[in-house]
Amino acid sequence: MASVSDAELKNMTQEERVTALGMRTEQLTGKSLYVEFDPDAEERFTYPWAPDVDFNKRTEIDTDDMTNTEVNQAIRAKMAEGYGTIVLQNPRGKHSLGVGILSKLNLIIEGSTGYFGVGLIDGPNVRITGRVGWSCGENMMSGTVLVEKNAGSTFGAAMRGGDLVCRGSVGSRTGIDQKGGTIIVGGDVGALTGFMMQRGRMIICGNAGKNLGDSMYDGTIFVGGETKSYGVDAVEAELTDLDKAWLTRKLTQYGMMPDKGVDHFTKVVAGKMLWNYDNLEPNEKKLIL
Amino acid sequence: MAGTQYRGSEIKDVDQFLKDADGLASEREKEIGQHIGYRYDVNLVPDYDRITPFLTKYMETMGWDDLNWLEDVHMGYEEGAAAVFDRNNNGWVRVPESYDLPDNQQDRDMIAREFLIKFQMSDRHPLVSLRKAYMKF
Repeated sequence: MASVSDAELKNMTQEERVTALGMRTEQLTGKSLYVEFDPDAEERFTYPWAPDVDFNKRTEIDTDDMTNTEVNQAIRAKMAEGYGTIVLQNPRGKHSLGVGILSKLNLIIEGSTGYFGVGLIDGPNVRITGRVGWSCGENMMSGTVLVEKNAGSTFGAAMRGGDLVCRGSVGSRTGIDQKGGTIIVGGDVGALTGFMMQRGRMIICGNAGKNLGDSMYDGTIFVGGETKSYGVDAVEAELTDLDKAWLTRKLTQYGMMPDKGVDHFTKVVAGKMLWNYDNLEPNEKKLIL
Repeated sequence: MAGTQYRGSEIKDVDQFLKDADGLASEREKEIGQHIGYRYDVNLVPDYDRITPFLTKYMETMGWDDLNWLEDVHMGYEEGAAAVFDRNNNGWVRVPESYDLPDNQQDRDMIAREFLIKFQMSDRHPLVSLRKAYMKF
């Protein structure tokens, strides 16, 4: 791999690059995937390919006459120039704004966004002063997203990491298929919140709709208000001192700490009645293998 | 049997999966020959009193007030060795045997987070080559 320079790789097709880098399937067959940490590795805090951005370098983009693709390209171009704080003006409910940002950045959206806003992000801190449509922060990997007003349904769908915060209320199926990270809602959430949740944490300061945590496999939901009903296999659990300390820290961080503290929160976890790991009888398994 | 629940066995000791690599305790686990579920408490929230200086610097660099996505990272155990699951690599990365592990899961989790960041940000991470080969833009 070291014998191929980046300049040479640039002149190759994808197939040629894959071959030159020793990544063809037949070459990988039988190779061990054993990887070990190097405890003395160099201290580095951003990906090797990430643009070197400075939070103190700020710019504004008026998105009024731009398509969503043009806006996202403009964000990348500004980051390449080293801008670490980018303000989007006049978003006018455009869909898919700020998606796929894979490094640190302060992104401020002055207004409301449409569907699938700031999805697939890995690192940025986003503040949206208005409302957001369906699936804001879907598949989010890391970073923070703060929505000042209300959010649509499937808020944080399939989210994997980071903090996704809505100061207002959120629609149904919030955190559907959540696989990590923290969703915080200042108001109420709709039906089927936490549906098929697999991991991560959700804090609901207000009330929850019907079937909270339906078919959840793992993860934790904290509810400050009333819950209309629990879904299949969602059960209450004991709120520990560690949970309370974490809730206090998290809610204080976003200025959403209820006046009455966190002791009134109800903790909801999976009853694990739906766990069906390896459903096949050993004999059936042998037949398949 | 389809529709039957199999919760797996409870984790009783921080070194349980270092001493017993297979982790077969319940009847069902013994029957199928594999441990059911995670080998650590997936819902354990971090104790910020135990944060390391490296992680504090990482938080500052990213502009975060807490561990953010690293709250979901824990020290796991694979084949009797301490290891951390790397989502960017879709595989386990082992902690060298020569490394002295702390005696509690919270401190181990902090070490796991530190090791994972150092690995993900290094040039030896598989994503570096994958990006060279497959990156579209």
